[in-house]
Amino acid sequence: MNKFRHILSISLITALTFLLSGCQFAMLNPKGIIATSEMHLLIDVTLLMLIIVIPVIILTFVIAWRYRASNKNAKYTPDHAHNTVVEIVCWSIPGIIILILSTITWISTHKLDPYKPLDTKSKPLIIQVVSLDWRWLFIYPKQHIATINYINIPVNQQVKFVITADSPMNSIEMPQLAGQIYAMPGMQTKLHFMANEIGHYRGFAANYTGDGFANMVFWVRADDKQEFNKWVKDKQHSPHKLTMAAYNELSKPSKNSKRQYFSLPEDNLFNKIIMKYKKPAPHLTMTSHNIKVTDR
Amino acid sequence: MTTEILTAHAEGDESSTDVFGFWLYIMSDCILFSCLFATFIVLRHNTFGGVGMREITNLPYVFKETLFLLASSFTFGMAILSMYKNHQSRVIGWLIVTFLLGLSFVTMEVNEFANLISEGHGPQTSGAMSAFFTLVGTHGLHVSLGLFWMLVLIIQTAIFKLNPTIRRRLTYLGLFWAFLDIVWIFVFTIVYLMGVA
Amino acid sequence: MLQNLLFGKLTLDAIPFDNPIIMGIGLPVMVIFALGFIIPVTYKKKWKYLWKEWITTVDHKKIGIMYIILAFVMLLRGFVDALMMRSQQALSVGDSMGYLPAHHFAEIFSAHGVIMIFFMAMPFMFGLLNLAVPLQIGTRDVAFPYLNSLSFWLTVAGALLVNISLVIGQFEAAGWLAYPPLSELAYSPGVGVDYYIWALQIAGVGSLLSGINFLVTILKLRCPGMTLFKMPIFTWTGLCASVLVILAFPILTVTLGLLFMDRYFGMHFFTAAAGGNAMMYVNLIWAWGHPEVYILILPAFGVFSEVTATFCKKTLFGYTSMVWATIAITFLSFIVWLHHFFTMGAGADVNAFFGIATMIIAVPTGVKIFNWLFTMYRGRIQFTTPMLYTIGFLVTFAVGGMTGVLMSIPGVDFQIHNSVFLVAHFHNVIIGGVVFGYFAGFIYWFPKAFGFKLNEKIGKWAFWFWLIGFYVAFMPLYVLGLKGMTRRLYHYSAATGWHPWLIVASMGSLIILIAVCLQILQVIVSIKNRNLPAYKDVTGDPWDARTLEWSTSSIPPFYNFAIIPQVEHRDDFWRKKQEIKAGHKPPAPEYKDIHMPRNTATGFIIAVFAGIFGFGMVWNIMWLVCLGIVGIFASVIIRSFDSNTDYYVTVDEIKKIEAEFLHGEVL
Repeated sequence: MNKFRHILSISLITALTFLLSGCQFAMLNPKGIIATSEMHLLIDVTLLMLIIVIPVIILTFVIAWRYRASNKNAKYTPDHAHNTVVEIVCWSIPGIIILILSTITWISTHKLDPYKPLDTKSKPLIIQVVSLDWRWLFIYPKQHIATINYINIPVNQQVKFVITADSPMNSIEMPQLAGQIYAMPGMQTKLHFMANEIGHYRGFAANYTGDGFANMVFWVRADDKQEFNKWVKDKQHSPHKLTMAAYNELSKPSKNSKRQYFSLPEDNLFNKIIMKYKKPAPHLTMTSHNIKVTDR
Repeated sequence: MTTEILTAHAEGDESSTDVFGFWLYIMSDCILFSCLFATFIVLRHNTFGGVGMREITNLPYVFKETLFLLASSFTFGMAILSMYKNHQSRVIGWLIVTFLLGLSFVTMEVNEFANLISEGHGPQTSGAMSAFFTLVGTHGLHVSLGLFWMLVLIIQTAIFKLNPTIRRRLTYLGLFWAFLDIVWIFVFTIVYLMGVA
Repeated sequence: MLQNLLFGKLTLDAIPFDNPIIMGIGLPVMVIFALGFIIPVTYKKKWKYLWKEWITTVDHKKIGIMYIILAFVMLLRGFVDALMMRSQQALSVGDSMGYLPAHHFAEIFSAHGVIMIFFMAMPFMFGLLNLAVPLQIGTRDVAFPYLNSLSFWLTVAGALLVNISLVIGQFEAAGWLAYPPLSELAYSPGVGVDYYIWALQIAGVGSLLSGINFLVTILKLRCPGMTLFKMPIFTWTGLCASVLVILAFPILTVTLGLLFMDRYFGMHFFTAAAGGNAMMYVNLIWAWGHPEVYILILPAFGVFSEVTATFCKKTLFGYTSMVWATIAITFLSFIVWLHHFFTMGAGADVNAFFGIATMIIAVPTGVKIFNWLFTMYRGRIQFTTPMLYTIGFLVTFAVGGMTGVLMSIPGVDFQIHNSVFLVAHFHNVIIGGVVFGYFAGFIYWFPKAFGFKLNEKIGKWAFWFWLIGFYVAFMPLYVLGLKGMTRRLYHYSAATGWHPWLIVASMGSLIILIAVCLQILQVIVSIKNRNLPAYKDVTGDPWDARTLEWSTSSIPPFYNFAIIPQVEHRDDFWRKKQEIKAGHKPPAPEYKDIHMPRNTATGFIIAVFAGIFGFGMVWNIMWLVCLGIVGIFASVIIRSFDSNTDYYVTVDEIKKIEAEFLHGEVL
């Protein structure tokens, strides 16, 4: 069964790729363990539903044609309005399909819970993510570096995103690696994933946050461990330091989506970003008007 | 709302149809209040370093407020009883008493709000205070509208006497007034009693 | 100071003189529309007629017609927005930035959603309910005719506010549901969100009152003998939709009210800081928003049931199943709202629960589809335009339902949430379900409302263009979703490889444009030829249909039925027709005086004041706000002193009217 499913899904993908050669199907071309499971789920469920959808569509056409008014040969039963057996079948066919789908849903939802660490031995690389207007800030707390719109991760190692926003509610997504999760000011969400192949993967903002939203794209570079370490070391010596002052400058609205790299003298920057929504800042009287007035 | 019904075949049902419509309105208002209660429950601890329910609740004061409202419900009931007995002047009398009791309730609430704001605990201070002012204020606004309506009905009862239309409108207002009473019981319990607990 | 007192925040800067699209196209088109209405009416001296027969009317049929006209006008407006979005995305790739700046694009996608849901679909739904339900249950009007007129005019006031925002100020740019914190003052300082709040609040009150009105009408005013389980299915769906309106719209009122509190009084319900909780808004708005989807689709299901039975010349299969499926959907629609934000980080248990609850809706929906198929089975299907829409719906909705179930699985939704896959899905069900259903209903009941049929040939062409246009426009969006295209992008890089697909999608929107033009042509041609025998309906029953609305003349007299029908079966009219064919003679009519409500301008006047109030609130013009409030209260009170609200039509008058209608000499 599993093998059959595998063959079916592979043939479906190949068919699609042939059909649409030259285009990339981010979601059907996963490079991470989570995205792969999500794609399989998508394909399995689609196939399962096609079992019922395709016959319904065919039946619609067949019935419509066969019982057209001009076809006087077809049987006509104007008062036929009720048939217990048929109606039981009508309720039970979708019922059974949904029962199967529910089981799949229950299991897969728990398996793919973005908050759950992956079943791997590797300790996760922690990256803190902040949605700004309109850039992505990534903080590597252990490595003491920070980046804008670009991250480097070691391949085959679990990565844990801890996500917040210093902007309206956003959503972070990297379709080839993992599905999305919201980024909300004053709160933190989590996302676990792992890249299985060296490469560049597109990531982007998925929940509308204003004028600069369309350019909020970032790239993920999955590399082997040595290259990753080299990259980290290089950025640790970056002349740009992400102090609190530098951060305040960075968090102002800007449509500039260039990559930037910082070394990180500040401990706990991420928590401070969250906490600024959690309790009153001593130097500010908090009203909605002056927490953050943007000039756009 | 003043509504009239059009029925050709069911003349006798006329007022029951009307009252049913008004019931549905009250049900929808009930949902409106449930949303506000839910909002309050979610936000009541989000004091953002400011005062919480415990600090701002003056239970004896609120209890007095409650008594005014409950008493007004009782007197409204008396007005309805007089209506059944066709005592027009008594209806008007009881309505005036109800109006004064309701007005006292609203005055006390406005006073409470004014004090809080002058002490710097206005609705802008935190999510919790926003939710408090909005929930209690929405109830207060309903009571105020009810009072205004009562005033109009007092005048109309004097002019039109106790004709079927006026009777129907008094029934509506009675339903509305009782409903506000029930909502207040929840406000008292959830906002004030649970606030100090 | 004085300026502030007189005009609030409103200054000349609020008018976007520098915007060529609005000033060069939007405004002139609106002016042409307005003049195209005002000049002929003035020229033909029809203002008095308009006031007496339409603006002040409490007749449900006329109110229904006005609702549908509003829906079509707003459909055009919302459709222009759609064309602009599609063309912007087809043009704005790589170095080319298209013709819309980011902010304007955001206003357009927000306005498109708001207009299509609140001012196209909702009025269309209430229009059809108004037209058909009282006739289907054999009553003379809705339970509260004056409230009905108020509901309609409030909807118009809301729609006007949205359209005014085009030229005075701006519309909101935070998406059709205006999620905070983006819609809070800190991020949206303009008046756009305020227009949004007040347009929806005013129209929302109208919808709520209509919901109450129809629930009471259906439960209390059915003709003798019509038990609940003898009601036509369309009435059943109207009943369930009304229940949903009453339960859901107060939630919308509260949600927008709290957002208003935040924006006007600096409160902290949904702000990012100071203890606000934006997640609460998302929960509340979808606790309204999900039932809203079913408010729209259930009556469409009802139309399909009527249309299928009528044009297959067969009793609807599985009536009881159909009713219980409708009730099940009504109930389930309230426990699935969280599926709109699985990605907010609720735990796996919660997500799985809401995912499964969502899927369960597929069961009653599937049952309905099977029942329609079994109604067609062994019928004599006439491929009229409404029937074509029904068949188009069955196929399209099967696809849309499938992608819907797909998105209800959290693991899949993490990938396609917020993508254009989602956009494709909900257009798939809303165009394929709601819009097709309403068009079918419109064509089906058109002869009842106007006394003549619409041109079938042009109608069928319009159908094919709609159907093909839909597939060309939205199937590429499914593909693009899988290619990782997120929604609401005004620009994207060429390397994404999306461009060809977006060009195809924009072609699709042009095909739909042809369809819309054909529909307009269809109406014009039909009006021109209305007295030709092929169009004119003298029987009152042009489709040889089954339910009571066809038992009276087309157009029905203002009191609908000279004698309230007596019902014994489902499809009672169909049975009576068979009996007459078999030689039974119906008894001679015995008329009685008819009790009717008088027309009233109060509904219209209150709505005018509500519009003034809303505009004042948007621009902080306090005297307008006060004028609005005082005006509303004064109107209600003055009305409550008026005891002359109804009258009787005497038997002699009825006889005269009936004779006239039987000879088809009206219009």
